[in-house]
Amino acid sequence: MTARTRRIALTVNGEAVSREVPVRQNLVDFLRHDLGFTGSHVGCEQGACGACTIVLDNETVRGCLVLAVQADGCEIRTIEGSDDLLSDLRRSFHALNALQCGFCTPGMLLSAQELLQANPAPSRQDIRDYLSGNFCRCTGYQAIVDAVAEVAARRPGGITS
Amino acid sequence: MSIGASVPRDRAKRLLLGRGNYVDDISLPRMLHLALVRSPYAHAHVGAIETREALALPGVIAVFTAEDLEGAVSSWRAEHKLFPAMAAPEQFALARDVVRWQGEAVAAVLANSRAEAEDGAERVSVDWDELPAITDANQALAPNAPVLHDDMSSNLAFETQVTAGDVNAAFADADHVVEEHFRFHRHSGISLEPRGIIAAFEPSESRLTVHQSHQTPHQQQDLYARLLGLPEHKVRVICPDVGGAFGLKHHLMADELVACAAARLLGRPVKYIADRLESFLADVHCRDHEVEARMAFSDTGEILGIQVDDLFNAGAYGQYPRSSIAEGNQISRLTGAPYRHQHYRADVRMAFLNKSILGHIRSVGHPIACAVAERLVDLGAETLGLDPIEIRRRNYLDGDDFPRTSSGGVEFEQLSFNGCLDRALEIVDMTQFRQEQTELRAQGIYRGIGVATFVELTAIGPEYYGEGGQHISAQETCLLRLEASGTVRCYTGATDQGQGIDTGIQQVVADALGVALADIEVISGDSALCPVGGGSWGSRGAALGGEAALRAATTLKRNILNIAASLLQKDPSDLSIDQGVVVDGRSGAAHMAVSEIARIGHFQPYSIPEGINADLTVTERYASRGRLFLAGNGLQIAIVDVDVDSGMVTPLRHVVVHDCGRILNPLLVQEQVRGGVVQGIGAALYEELRYDEDGHLLTGSFADYLVPMAGEMPDIEVAHIETPTKTSELGAKGAGEAGTAGAVGAILNAVNDAIRPFDATIAETPITPPRLLRALGRI
Ligand code: FES
Ligand code: FES
Repeated sequence: MTARTRRIALTVNGEAVSREVPVRQNLVDFLRHDLGFTGSHVGCEQGACGACTIVLDNETVRGCLVLAVQADGCEIRTIEGSDDLLSDLRRSFHALNALQCGFCTPGMLLSAQELLQANPAPSRQDIRDYLSGNFCRCTGYQAIVDAVAEVAARRPGGITS
Repeated sequence: MSIGASVPRDRAKRLLLGRGNYVDDISLPRMLHLALVRSPYAHAHVGAIETREALALPGVIAVFTAEDLEGAVSSWRAEHKLFPAMAAPEQFALARDVVRWQGEAVAAVLANSRAEAEDGAERVSVDWDELPAITDANQALAPNAPVLHDDMSSNLAFETQVTAGDVNAAFADADHVVEEHFRFHRHSGISLEPRGIIAAFEPSESRLTVHQSHQTPHQQQDLYARLLGLPEHKVRVICPDVGGAFGLKHHLMADELVACAAARLLGRPVKYIADRLESFLADVHCRDHEVEARMAFSDTGEILGIQVDDLFNAGAYGQYPRSSIAEGNQISRLTGAPYRHQHYRADVRMAFLNKSILGHIRSVGHPIACAVAERLVDLGAETLGLDPIEIRRRNYLDGDDFPRTSSGGVEFEQLSFNGCLDRALEIVDMTQFRQEQTELRAQGIYRGIGVATFVELTAIGPEYYGEGGQHISAQETCLLRLEASGTVRCYTGATDQGQGIDTGIQQVVADALGVALADIEVISGDSALCPVGGGSWGSRGAALGGEAALRAATTLKRNILNIAASLLQKDPSDLSIDQGVVVDGRSGAAHMAVSEIARIGHFQPYSIPEGINADLTVTERYASRGRLFLAGNGLQIAIVDVDVDSGMVTPLRHVVVHDCGRILNPLLVQEQVRGGVVQGIGAALYEELRYDEDGHLLTGSFADYLVPMAGEMPDIEVAHIETPTKTSELGAKGAGEAGTAGAVGAILNAVNDAIRPFDATIAETPITPPRLLRALGRI
């Protein structure tokens, strides 16, 4: 079975990219193995764990559920291209030990950022519910919730609890 | 003081930037990808394997079966010399003739990409001849059951008994006896990053270099050397960033061994990354126990005796190199361990059957031992009309009871059951809870509270595997190197999968040596660079790795001060080091920087007189002596709501009070304990590897195998009591088992407390809605 390929052109972390890709390749594999953006992880390839979370045209998606060819013409942002946006979340995650092995962390950060954009003053349960698509096996989730809540309180328009 | 401070981890910064370096992030020139052809049957004869079609596919480079690996890799048996009667059938990297569990691999396809390797695996055709499968331990031990292994006369792999006192007499004389039949279903570690390896072989040097997502690089180095017939110093195992492990990644896995053998046969690097379905199917699993237990009480609520009968299974083979007996063994040693009873008997039987191999996953045996005893204590309280807190108070080992060898044969130095309970009751107001519970019941809301006391066995001593004949180090070694600039490299045999032991060790060295944290780098997870050690398992990093680091830092400090004293014409005992500066021991006045001594030590050694110990690279080791484990303890309280119409259980609040001796870093311990609790809640309520009668796995995805997510988890309050161990200078005990050890018991008791008004009980986990509704008689 020769894998069929197609050429795609897209923007990844602000850079224009054009590549010939197998039509069956998913987006996260393309980002990781063809472009070297290994910050997005693969935990299930079943759309369930959230480790492969990336931002596609300003919305988080599961990189394992999108084919690379579907991203033709799209704008992609991965954890590697999110430095400015996430610096306060990163600081809180670090200070509060909201990660252990770090495998879930890039996905967690991108989901948390999306939540805070949509809802600058989330309750703890809001945070828990929003992050419920991101599996973490190491932490008790609590430090993650604490970190996101702390950032929410600090950002302009956020809650101060 | 750095020890005891909440220091965040250095490594976390890189992980937060998405700059982790997990095995699948690594790629080597001309690397091949491995996909495995796995048995769709739980039990079958393997006939002819046809590989031509696969080999004809583009990108497919080779297909290997068991025959091709003959001579390239040896077989093994999961023996343990402390249990000489334990059956240990022969195992092969790829199954030959018979497969004994669904997912066992029979052929390996190597291709230029993983997708092409999978295409190839689909085209390998195997003549399977399905055999009857055994999926239940009772069925396995039935008199007429088919026997799984040719060289055995039954499926009984091992049986053992632990006794103390006269349990029959205790039960005969008891005023009250409670009993329960428990079932703890099978689950696993489910690290988010699946198992993975890249094996590279350099034929001209007979050198195997392995990058593997693993906890124990030196153990793997030894195993790969022996099984592949290579000199050990030509095998290097590097564990880069590891995406969670939980015991899952400290075993030999046949799949990874196949990758090594293929790399050697082909002279090209081979990558294998398990996908999620393969992880569910072919990872080692845990639990799957059926326990019959009873507890005898006097009229005053004194526990007189405990009897436990544990039937479990090892899956199809024993797990290598540690064997599969530990879970049953821990249950036989730990059940009822917090209590003062004198009469005890535990019988354990382990069967072989047609499921994946049972291994050592976080908190081996603890959650079962804890849940069984704690449920029986609650049943006793109910029978006697006593409060669950009061009955525990009357029976806890306390003060003068220590030191003590428990009825299960474990040595306890000093444990703090009452102290933990006192602290927990400051956090949870029981009187208020009971009031609330009554009011809520009137409104049709069924809220329950459950207490579970546990003993946590950590930092295993060297005798267990040493006498067992396994090449597993229970010793830890630390090598410290003062660089010429005065900064320090610390090489440890302990490994870090996110727990933060690197940081803990850094803190120990900083304090003991007197240098700043930022001037110390800890290097771990490389079998060629790091001193031989055990890696991480069984909560050993702080207690053993920490103590070895303390010793090494003390020695290095002595040598630095020897040099300083000779240069300053002073007595070394009058000097000390503070913040990287040699100071006067009494006045604290600065003499000279450590960096200056490093410079002289490395570049002007002629300035240092002969005959003084001036080594600036030092190694020290530590192994506990004369004690199988270092026991810690703790207690958990769970509060849950039960929806008696849907059978759903909602955890509302969870409290842990934990004593792991001296704490190196509270920030790290706290969330590690919480993570353990969440895994325990998963086991109590959601996680189950279900098989049908034919031994087919029914839970091959996260849609079927439920894991706890943030939304359904409660906040978890963690408090600590510190009873440092006196067996080491540092005083730390392990902390990794505690969360998981107690959560199942606490949730089980809380659910039973909630459904008390219905005269219903449940003793099976996970407590799924159908099971709970059946217990309530609603379906
Ligand atoms: S890898 Fe995409 S959701 Fe798990
Ligand atoms: S930190 Fe390991 S999975 Fe979240």
